[in-house]
Amino acid sequence: MKIENQVTLEFPSRSANEGFARTAAACFAAQLDPTLEEVNDIKTAISEAVTNAIVHAYPDTLGKVVLKLRIREGHVLEIVVKDWGVGIADVEQARTPLFTTGNEERSGMGFTIMESFMDTLKVRSAPGRGTTVTMARKISRRAGR
Amino acid sequence: MPVTCKEDKRQLTALVAGELDHHQAKAVMAELNRRIDLAQPRQLTLDLSGLTFTDSSGIAVLLRAHRRMGQVQGVMRVVNTPAQAEKVFKAAGLEKIIKFE
Repeated sequence: MKIENQVTLEFPSRSANEGFARTAAACFAAQLDPTLEEVNDIKTAISEAVTNAIVHAYPDTLGKVVLKLRIREGHVLEIVVKDWGVGIADVEQARTPLFTTGNEERSGMGFTIMESFMDTLKVRSAPGRGTTVTMARKISRRAGR
Repeated sequence: MPVTCKEDKRQLTALVAGELDHHQAKAVMAELNRRIDLAQPRQLTLDLSGLTFTDSSGIAVLLRAHRRMGQVQGVMRVVNTPAQAEKVFKAAGLEKIIKFE
């Protein structure tokens, strides 16, 4: 599918950037004229993916996180969150509800939320080589436009 | 502080405001734990009317507070949950464990 517009953001894995990433994504998505619920779904899914990169990819160090936002033909918002951190040995296990390698502040529901709020979710990862999460959501076309 | 507490006759009310993500969750959890331990309340009411955003970090906060209240033989209820937070909590099936009003 043809890319109609795109933006790339790069930031260090500081937790203060979680809020920045989801707000920036909401601003970019605004050109698709999403409903408030769609904006919230996008913000929530991005918050999960970026938090994973910050908490899990770089547990004891600061590393690079890249957020790519693309508008694809057919009113589809594609989101890519990429890190070069520790990676995930067993992606299937990581996607299981309630599974977490984090401490008690984590719920283990991150991937479950991403799956239920997005149309598609792909996770590519290899230990020591980082993780790429790719999600897409079709934004409804509202009547009267 | 994104959480403000008031206590009256072992009824603790906690008003959570702003954006509850991983960045904020730790402080909110610590404050809730501290207030629960101090007050030993019979009931904790979490008022989420000022919550503008949450992700799965909010799920962890609610589960932790619920468990802590169980440890002090109290109950917890959650009131004024905004639509965005409700959708996140529902996706996790939280309504099966926690009382939302």
